[in-house]
Amino acid sequence: MNSPLLVPRLAYWHCLRGVLAREFRRFMQQRSRFLSALVRPLLWLVVFAAGFRAALGVAIIPPYQTYVTYETYIAPGLCCMILLFNGMQSSLSMVYDREMGSMRVLLMSPLPRAWLLLCKLVAIALISLTQVYAFLALAWLLVGFEPPLAGLVTVLPALLLTALLLGAIGLLLSSRIRQLENFAGVMNFVIFPMFFISSALYPLWKMREASEWLYWACILNPFTHAVELVRHALYLELNLPALAITAGATVTFTLLAVLGFNPERAARGKGGRP
Amino acid sequence: MKTLSRKAVLGLACVLMLAPAVQAEVAYVSNEKDDTLSVIDLNSLEVIETVDVGQRPRGITLSKDGKKLFICASDSDTVQVMDLASHRIIANLPSGEDPEQFALHPNNKLLYIANEDDALVTVVDVDNHEVLAQIDVGVEPEGMAVSPDGKWVVNTSETTSMLHWIDTATNELVDNTLVDQRPRHVEFSRDASTLWASAEIGGSVAVVDVATRKIVKKLTFEIRGVHPDKIQPVGVKLTSDGRYAFIALGPANHVAVVDAKTFEVLDYLLVGRRVWHLEFNSDESRLLTTNGVSGDVSVIDVADLKVIKSIKVGRYPWGLAVKS
Repeated sequence: MNSPLLVPRLAYWHCLRGVLAREFRRFMQQRSRFLSALVRPLLWLVVFAAGFRAALGVAIIPPYQTYVTYETYIAPGLCCMILLFNGMQSSLSMVYDREMGSMRVLLMSPLPRAWLLLCKLVAIALISLTQVYAFLALAWLLVGFEPPLAGLVTVLPALLLTALLLGAIGLLLSSRIRQLENFAGVMNFVIFPMFFISSALYPLWKMREASEWLYWACILNPFTHAVELVRHALYLELNLPALAITAGATVTFTLLAVLGFNPERAARGKGGRP
Repeated sequence: MKTLSRKAVLGLACVLMLAPAVQAEVAYVSNEKDDTLSVIDLNSLEVIETVDVGQRPRGITLSKDGKKLFICASDSDTVQVMDLASHRIIANLPSGEDPEQFALHPNNKLLYIANEDDALVTVVDVDNHEVLAQIDVGVEPEGMAVSPDGKWVVNTSETTSMLHWIDTATNELVDNTLVDQRPRHVEFSRDASTLWASAEIGGSVAVVDVATRKIVKKLTFEIRGVHPDKIQPVGVKLTSDGRYAFIALGPANHVAVVDAKTFEVLDYLLVGRRVWHLEFNSDESRLLTTNGVSGDVSVIDVADLKVIKSIKVGRYPWGLAVKS
């Protein structure tokens, strides 16, 4: 005898599998997307960081025990850059899905909307992780970036949480963007400020030396805390405040994204327009 | 299972009780601008004590029995003797003016001191506190080394750019070797067959054959992204198995790792700012560096050739000595 709960449970699983399979298939078909996701941080690592590779190492700040080269400093930030671009690119694909009508097909499922969107988030996060590990391998080969080997394992949950956070922000944005063309705006007003006004490229003390408001802007940016979480995890350390802020921001943005995809609100929004 | 865990707890308790009984290896670091020595526990890699000494301490060296530490207190114009059990200064040796570096003879009795301002090497009997001889050398003498067999004392003079070979039997200068500009440090290989001399302005290290006192190899360095002018070799250390030579490159903030047999530069390790002198721990598993401008000591794992930690000490750390 089938329990009444069994069918929905299976349905949840089918849904997750379906969304994952679709995203992976799409990812496999877009090899250029995989390459471009790698080329971008590699350019930063090999070209941008080369200019800063002076005799002076980056001063000792946790989690580092000694002086590190600039390449070593920015590598965790560049891992997060991959997650950031992927999170935002997924928002682009959502807009595309909506324009093509496949989003409507997905949202017609009887399963809760939150679950559908969560599946989408997890799928995006898993794809991003493969890119991050490919980047870490290349960073080791090209500039000798060598975190402890165990750090490659401990960083996994930190990367996953960061990917979920950035995916959730992407989802929230995609619920607001009506047309593909608006993605340029996302680049200028979301991706660049999030990346530059953070500890990804320069340590916070350096930002504070430059200006106090810049330092506080970095502190208020959840991306800063995600970068620090990943940086510490790579060196086998748990940065609790960074974990709390990143997790809190992930939950908040996921909730906002789910609310953003509320069809009633969307319908009301549409109805109100001329 | 219960017995096992009880045994484990007992074992752990024994280890914990025994731990303090094991004599920890410590490093002494002279802080030139603070007039202090920092004492670093080489197990925990932390500073455990800071001791006041004379003015502008620079070169430091241990007595062969490990009981005393000799300190060049340059601005106090003396070599201080510290009792390492109590960390008290027990004597001031007559050193001549402005002592900067020195070397202790293997007989643990004769100390050869470079007097920078007077162009002299002063020989002091550390037991009787007597000056036995003063030998004229080139202008601004600095680096000092005694060969492991005790036959030779070599002094470098910064302005004359020479290595001065002093026969320890007669205390006379018997030969000179011209090297690149501003030689600052000399180091004998364990078998006393070669002498490595760094030239700060010349940016090179000369490897000299001790028998002929001629240069057999000149090493130069090149670090990606670092201006050649900043590569200023100072401290040199050789592993006793003859495998590696480590060379501190001053404001280049790197230590060069050289294959001591093929003279090939294997790697450059990033340390603190203006790396000056180097010292091994007793089993040569770690190499310590003093980084003057950044005020810290970097610890290099010799097997992995990796910098594992940089420890904050006083202002302008200069000399190093390790007591096991």
